[in-house]
Amino acid sequence: MGIEFQNVNKTYPDGTVAVDQFSLHVPSHTSTVLLGSSGCGKTTLLRMVNRMVDPSSGAVLIDDEDVAGVEPVALRRRIGYVMQNSGLLPHRRVIDNIATVSRLNGVAKAAAHRRAHELMETVGLDSALAQRYPGQLSGGQQQRVGVARGLAADPNILLMDEPFGAVDPLVRLELQRELTRIQSELHKTIIFVTHDIDEALTLGDQIVVLKKGGEVAQIGTPQQIVESPADDFVAQFLGLDSARRTLSAAPRDDGGWFVSDAQGRPLGVVDSLPQHPGQNA
Amino acid sequence: MAWILDHLPRILELSLAHLLLAAPAIAAAFLVAVPIAWAANRVRPLREIVVSGTGLLYAVPSLPLFIVLPIILGTGVRDTLNVIVALTIFGLALMVRSAADALDSVDGGVRLASTAVGYSAALRFFTVELPLAGPALLAGLRVVSVSTISLVSVSAVLGVQSLGSLFTDGFERGIVPSIVAGIAFTAVLALLLDLLLVAAGRLTMPWVKGGRR
Ligand SMILES: Nc1ncnc2c1ncn2[C@@H]1O[C@H](COP(=O)(O)OP(=O)(O)O)[C@@H](O)[C@H]1O
Ligand SMILES: [Mg+2]
Repeated sequence: MGIEFQNVNKTYPDGTVAVDQFSLHVPSHTSTVLLGSSGCGKTTLLRMVNRMVDPSSGAVLIDDEDVAGVEPVALRRRIGYVMQNSGLLPHRRVIDNIATVSRLNGVAKAAAHRRAHELMETVGLDSALAQRYPGQLSGGQQQRVGVARGLAADPNILLMDEPFGAVDPLVRLELQRELTRIQSELHKTIIFVTHDIDEALTLGDQIVVLKKGGEVAQIGTPQQIVESPADDFVAQFLGLDSARRTLSAAPRDDGGWFVSDAQGRPLGVVDSLPQHPGQNA
Repeated sequence: MAWILDHLPRILELSLAHLLLAAPAIAAAFLVAVPIAWAANRVRPLREIVVSGTGLLYAVPSLPLFIVLPIILGTGVRDTLNVIVALTIFGLALMVRSAADALDSVDGGVRLASTAVGYSAALRFFTVELPLAGPALLAGLRVVSVSTISLVSVSAVLGVQSLGSLFTDGFERGIVPSIVAGIAFTAVLALLLDLLLVAAGRLTMPWVKGGRR
């Protein structure tokens, strides 16, 4: 069960091979992060799931059913999609934007609005914003609306394409925290695209590090990726080669330990160190 | 001024006649231009040909068209249908390009997002692309409206009643106030219709004044 990419290739009409021979299993009720630099084929892969892109060869299966046989519009209505810059409809009020998918699915207006109000609460939006137009919201608020819209039809699958890529770092952290909380309650099957390693480590149960052309550099849990990067490429992505994740701890006068990376950048303070308080923590 | 007051009932009657020629032509030009523009945008290689081709229609001299059309349509020269069709053609000449540009200007991201959440192509066109093209469509429609109101007057030469009749009568009989009234009331009518269109835009596109992204 879950989402299965079987040896997919996508060659665009202009000859660009965006993805080649890509296979991946995305287990149900967990979140998988596709991590890679811009242009490596993340969006292409994500869009194969809801048939915004059809693979040139290979197949994508949802719960063992090939999506190629599912009518695209119906398929999209049962899969949540959240994108960068929120993709909200500028001519619809916040409440109607969130209710969009329910309405498309034939839910009556009153019920769809009730559900939309619930979701505003779920994603931490003040209900006073319901009657605003998207242009009257901050970037962070717009992304929350985007997430609420993605959840509105209570889909099993949520596709998220760099949803927090365009908001400032502080708001981004807050949105990541909210998403983690929401996921701990709802247990959706999430595919989350990002080029931000820290975001990937925060949100992924499973991380897929991609090279150009959708080539898989490594698949693993955040811990596996950090502890044993498969090759120099992954190490570089993690910032290991620049010593970002090689930490050292020094005792503090007031007790506890001061932690910094190998370049001497201060990272934080810990109360105690595990068993072998050597050079590396 | 006194002349105008003396002849006010006739002037108002002519204003109404003028409007009844212009309004259907404006509406028809809009309703025909949008599907043409949509089709032209879809078939990219044809777009420029269609848009420029219809644009060239504006270069057709109006008086000969008023005279040739009845032969094609099988109507009388003074038939209002003849005049309305001719005005529609001129309206199309302006509106097809505006409409094509307006529909083209809809943000690609919004189009993509609506596809992603499950809009079918038809639903997306009518409930997303068309409304979002609204402000630009309205701008085009306002030009068509003013142009049509002014063009109606030409048909007075054929003997079709409109505010243009105030010019033709005025010239024939040397009544300067009649000519002035013709100009003034045509301008007022154009202005009123424009205000009406702007108000309709405000009403149907409330998100615009809220500041767009
Ligand atoms: N519609 C398209 N036509 C041609 N090339 C495309 C198209 N969409 C994406 N590409 C190319 O495919 C590659 C992967 O793109 P994309 O999947 O968007 O990568 P990412 O999301 O990782 O930035 C890039 O080289 C991009 O230029
Ligand atoms: Mg992308």
